[in-house]
Amino acid sequence: MKYTPNSPAVVEDMLRSAGFSSLDELFKDIPEAIKLKRQLNLGRGCGEIELSRELKGLAAKNLTTEDYPCFLGAGAYDHYIPAAIDQLLLRSEFYTAYTPYQAEISQGILQSIFEYQSMICLLTGMEVANASMYDGATALAEAATMACGVKKRRKILVPETVNPQSREVVSTYARFRGNEVINTGSADGQADLSELEQRVTGETAVILIQSPNFFGCMEDVAAIAELAHQKGALLVVSCDPVSLALLKDPGELGADVAVGEGQSLGNPLEFGGPYLGFFAAKKELMRKMPGRIVGRTVDQNGRTGFVLTLQAREQHIRREKATSNICSNEALNALAATIYLSLLGKQGLREVALQCARKSHYACDRLLQSGAFEPAFRAPYFQEFTVKYRGSVEKLNAALLKEKIIGGFDAAQCYDKLHGHWIVAVTEKRTRQEIDTLVAKAVTCSD
Amino acid sequence: MNIPKDLLYTSEHEWIRVDGDQVYLGITDYAQHHLGDIVFVELPELDTEVVTGDSIAVVESVKAVSSIYSPVSGTVMENNEELEDSPELLNEDPYTNHIAVINMSNPDELEDLMSPADYEAFCAEQE
Amino acid sequence: MTDPVKTIFNRSVPGRTGFSLPACDVPELEPNEMIPEQFLRSRAPGLPELSETDVVRHFTGLSRENYGEDSGFYPLGSCTMKYNPKMNEDAAALAGFEKVHPLQPEQTVQGCLQILFELDKMLAEITGVERMTFQPAAGAHGELTGLMMIKAYHESRGDTKRTKILVPDSAHGTNPASSAAAGFDVVEIKSDKRGNVDLEDLKDHIGEDTAGMMLTNPNTLGLFDEHILEISEAIHAAGGLLYYDGANANAIVGVCRPGDIGFDVVHLNLHKTFSTPHGGGGPGSGPVGVTKKLVPFLPGPLVEFENGVYRFDRNRPGSIGRVKTFFGNFGVIVKAYTYLCSIGAEGLVQVSRAAVLNANYLRVKLKDYYGIAYDRACMHEFVLSASSQKASNGVTANDIAKRLIDFSFHPPTVYFPLIVHEALMIEPTETESKETLDEFIDAMIQIAKEARTDPELVKTAPHTTAVSRFDETRAARFPILTWHRDEG
Repeated sequence: MKYTPNSPAVVEDMLRSAGFSSLDELFKDIPEAIKLKRQLNLGRGCGEIELSRELKGLAAKNLTTEDYPCFLGAGAYDHYIPAAIDQLLLRSEFYTAYTPYQAEISQGILQSIFEYQSMICLLTGMEVANASMYDGATALAEAATMACGVKKRRKILVPETVNPQSREVVSTYARFRGNEVINTGSADGQADLSELEQRVTGETAVILIQSPNFFGCMEDVAAIAELAHQKGALLVVSCDPVSLALLKDPGELGADVAVGEGQSLGNPLEFGGPYLGFFAAKKELMRKMPGRIVGRTVDQNGRTGFVLTLQAREQHIRREKATSNICSNEALNALAATIYLSLLGKQGLREVALQCARKSHYACDRLLQSGAFEPAFRAPYFQEFTVKYRGSVEKLNAALLKEKIIGGFDAAQCYDKLHGHWIVAVTEKRTRQEIDTLVAKAVTCSD
Repeated sequence: MNIPKDLLYTSEHEWIRVDGDQVYLGITDYAQHHLGDIVFVELPELDTEVVTGDSIAVVESVKAVSSIYSPVSGTVMENNEELEDSPELLNEDPYTNHIAVINMSNPDELEDLMSPADYEAFCAEQE
Repeated sequence: MTDPVKTIFNRSVPGRTGFSLPACDVPELEPNEMIPEQFLRSRAPGLPELSETDVVRHFTGLSRENYGEDSGFYPLGSCTMKYNPKMNEDAAALAGFEKVHPLQPEQTVQGCLQILFELDKMLAEITGVERMTFQPAAGAHGELTGLMMIKAYHESRGDTKRTKILVPDSAHGTNPASSAAAGFDVVEIKSDKRGNVDLEDLKDHIGEDTAGMMLTNPNTLGLFDEHILEISEAIHAAGGLLYYDGANANAIVGVCRPGDIGFDVVHLNLHKTFSTPHGGGGPGSGPVGVTKKLVPFLPGPLVEFENGVYRFDRNRPGSIGRVKTFFGNFGVIVKAYTYLCSIGAEGLVQVSRAAVLNANYLRVKLKDYYGIAYDRACMHEFVLSASSQKASNGVTANDIAKRLIDFSFHPPTVYFPLIVHEALMIEPTETESKETLDEFIDAMIQIAKEARTDPELVKTAPHTTAVSRFDETRAARFPILTWHRDEG
C-alpha cells in the first residue's frame, strides 16, 4: 500500500515544472559510489487485508492481561482504562498534531497540557509541573541532573529500594555528565536511614527516594527530607500517582522535586511504552526545570489562552547550555492521564486507590494465612507488597502460569540477597475470586 | 542605536561605567533591541571572584538567551535586584539600569575595552 | 462579555464522577486500618468532578480548537508531517500488543519480540548499519544515546583526550544540547556559501580532541552536502566517529544509506520518516543504529532469535547501560513496523522520490516571490527568507506564518535554521497531492502580494481564528503554569 497520491503522469508534469528531466536527476547531489544499486531487502509491501492478518497473527502470539489476571507490577500496573479515553485520543486533531508552537491553532493541546500540569501539581503538592518526560526513570535521572546543576555539586545518593531500572538510568545519565551516584542500602525493606545520614555531606547535590518503593514499602520521606536539607541537598521523590489519592504528597513531606511513572493514569501496559514521566517542583526551581511548559496569557483582544512558555530553558534556544536536551515528549500519554483524572475526579481516584489498597491487603493477608508465605518486611504498603516464599519463586511463577495466572515479580532477578522474595501487585481490576484463586494455586504449587 | 560617549564597551554588547575602583556593567541598546522583550535576568552571585570572560549572569527574552561575561577581573560587589521583579527595565533604559557592580583587581584590563567609536564601528559590521 | 475559556476545573460540580468501579468485593477496611495515620493525607487532592458527558464534551471541544495533519497541509520543515496511516493505529491497539506487561515471561511475548527483532533488521538494512536499539523514546534521546556510545567507545580504547563534538551551525538545538548532556564540549562549524559544511573551517577544528561530528544529511537547509565523503574521511582520519541525525532521512530512504556514506552511529525518528503520529508533541521513538564495532555498547537487552525462539540477550557487559525503562516506546514501534510492512522496499523509494520532487516543485514556484537562501536543487525541504519583505514593509517570517493560518494551512517552521534570516523552512512530504501543493503556492503568492500592497493585513494575522496573537512576553515574565481557584 502506498501513500504517494500523484500518478505517473502528474509526476512527469511536476518534474518538468521543477526543471528536472527525470526522477533520478532529483538525487544528482548524491555521489554515484554510495547510491544504492539494489532494492532494499524489506519485503514487497501489502494492502490492508494482508497487513491486518499479519499484525493480528503477531499479536495472537502474545499472552495478554485480558487472558490471565495479572499480579505483576514492578514499575508497570494493570489498572482499568475507561473507554472514553481511547475514543478521545482518536480525535485526530490531537494525535496527528505536532508540538503546539503555533498557539492560535493549538489551543486544544495547550489547554489540555495546562490542565495536566495543574492536576500533577494537585496530586504531588508541588507548585509547577512540566508537560511530560519520557518515563518515570528518565524523569528521575533528569531531576538528579537538574539538582547537580542547581547546587553545583556532583554527588547523587540513591538507596537500593528505588526501582532498579530507574537506578540504572540515573547511573547512565550521571556517568556521562560527570556526576557521581552513591548507592546506599536498605533495612527491613526501606532505605537505611542511618546509612543515608552518614553518607550525605556538603558535597551531596540530591537524595533520590521512591515511595512506595520497589518492594511496595512506604519510606519515611519526611525524615529523609530533613537529612537532605540539613546538608543543603535537594530531595527528589519518585511516587505512585494513584497512591497520592490517599497518601501524603511529596510536597507536604518536604520534597523539592516530585517525579514518577504516569502509566497508571489511563495508559496501557503496551509492553513497556510509550509511558509517561511526570515532573513537578517547587516554584524556585521553575526556570531550571527541563521539558516543555505551558503558561496562561492573553491575546491582543484580552482573551485568555495558552502558550508554550519559558522556552529560554530549552534546547532550541539554550542549545548546549540547556538543562536537558529533551524535545519530543509524551504529550498524548499526558493527555490520556488528564482525561483519566478528569473522568475519575476527586472521588473516583480515591475509590480506585482504596480498592487497590484493600485488595492488596486482602491478598497479602490470605497469602500469609495460607502458611506457604511469610512477611518479608514490616513497612506499610499501598498496592504492592513483598512476601517470602519457602521455595523457588521462578518455579512458583511457572506453575502459576500453567494455572493461567501471571504471578508477581521475582526479586532475585535484581537483588542477589532476596531469593525467595516475591513482589505482588494487586490493582482495583483484580476480583476477590482472582485473588482467592491465586492463593489457592500458590499453595498447591508449593506442596 | 544609542551609544553613550562616557562608557566603554565589549564585543559582547555590554557597557561599562568606571567609578574609581569599581565598574558598573550592563547591556547596550543594540543588545536589548536584538534580544526583544526581556523576561528574566539571572543575576550574579555576590562576593564571587571573577576573571575576565567568566559568564556571570544570564539575560533571557522570550526567544533568546544571552550570557553576560565579566569584562574585568575582580569581585562582584552588588547586583541590581530591581531586575528580579522588573526585567523589562533593561529594555526601557539599558544604560541607567546596570546588572552588576564589580570591584576591579586589575584596572589595566580597562585598556582592552572598546571606545564608543570602536563599538559603533563594531555594531555597523554586525549588520 | 465573560472570558469564554473554561478549563476542566471551571466545569467541576462537586459530587460528580465519570467512572464507576464495581463494588469492592473484599473487606472494606478504612485507610487507617491498613496504613498508619502519619502516611495518610488529610484532604483529597482537589481534582475536578465531572460526569462522563462533561469530560467528553470538554475534550471534544478542545480537539476542535486544534489542527492536526488530518486537518490539512502541515509543511513543517524537518518534522516530516506525513500522513499517519490508520492501519498503524489499529495495529498498535490490538490487545495482543496493548495489554501485555513488559515483564511477562519471554515465551508469552514472542509476537512482541518478533516485531523488535524484525524491525531491527529492517531499519539496519535501511540505514546500512549492523544493529539497532529501540530504547530511546525520541530523536533527542537517540542522539544522547549515540553520543554516550561514542564516548564509551573512545574510553574503552584508553583514548580520554577526545572531548569535543563538532556540530554544523545549521544544526538543530538538540545536537549541541545532547552533546553537552553526554559530557562533550561543542565546537560549531560554519556553513559555506552553497550551504555545505565549510571544509576549511572543518579542517581548522579537527584534531586529536575530536570525538566525532554530528551531521544531518541532507542538512536543515534541505541540501545534501556536496562534500560528504570528504567530511567522513577527514573525521575518521583524525580518529573520530561520525553521527547521523536521522531527522531528514525522508529524503534519502531507499536511495542511499548513512552506513554506506561512513556514518558509525545513526538515529531515526519513527515519528517523522516512519509515519507514526506526533501526538501533539509525543510520544516519538528514536532508535539508534551502530556499525559492528559499536554494537557492544548498545543499551540492552537486545532480541536474538535461536532455534525458532525469540529471547532477550541480557548478557551485555560492554553496554553503556539503560537510557529508559523496559524496551522503548513499543506502541510507536508497532506503528513503524506496520508502515514498513505496508509500503515495502519499492514503496520506500517512492517515499523519498516524491518527497524530494514535491519540495523542488514548491521551491521553483516560490523562489521568485521570497528570497531563496541557497539557489540550488533541494532535497525534501527548502528554506525561504522573508528578509526582503521585512526590509520593505516590516513584514516578518512570523507574520507570513500567521497569515497562512487564514488560508487553512499550518505554517512552516520559522526562524530556523538560525543561519538564515527570517527563515521559512518548508517540507511538504511525499503524501501531498499536486492539488494541495498548488493551493499552498497560490496562498504564498497571495501573501507575498499582500506584504507589498496591504502589509497591515499580514502583520495582524491570523484573522480567522478564535484567538489572536498571544502576549508571550507576559507569559514568560509572569508565568501562570497551573490553575488557581481564585484566578478562575
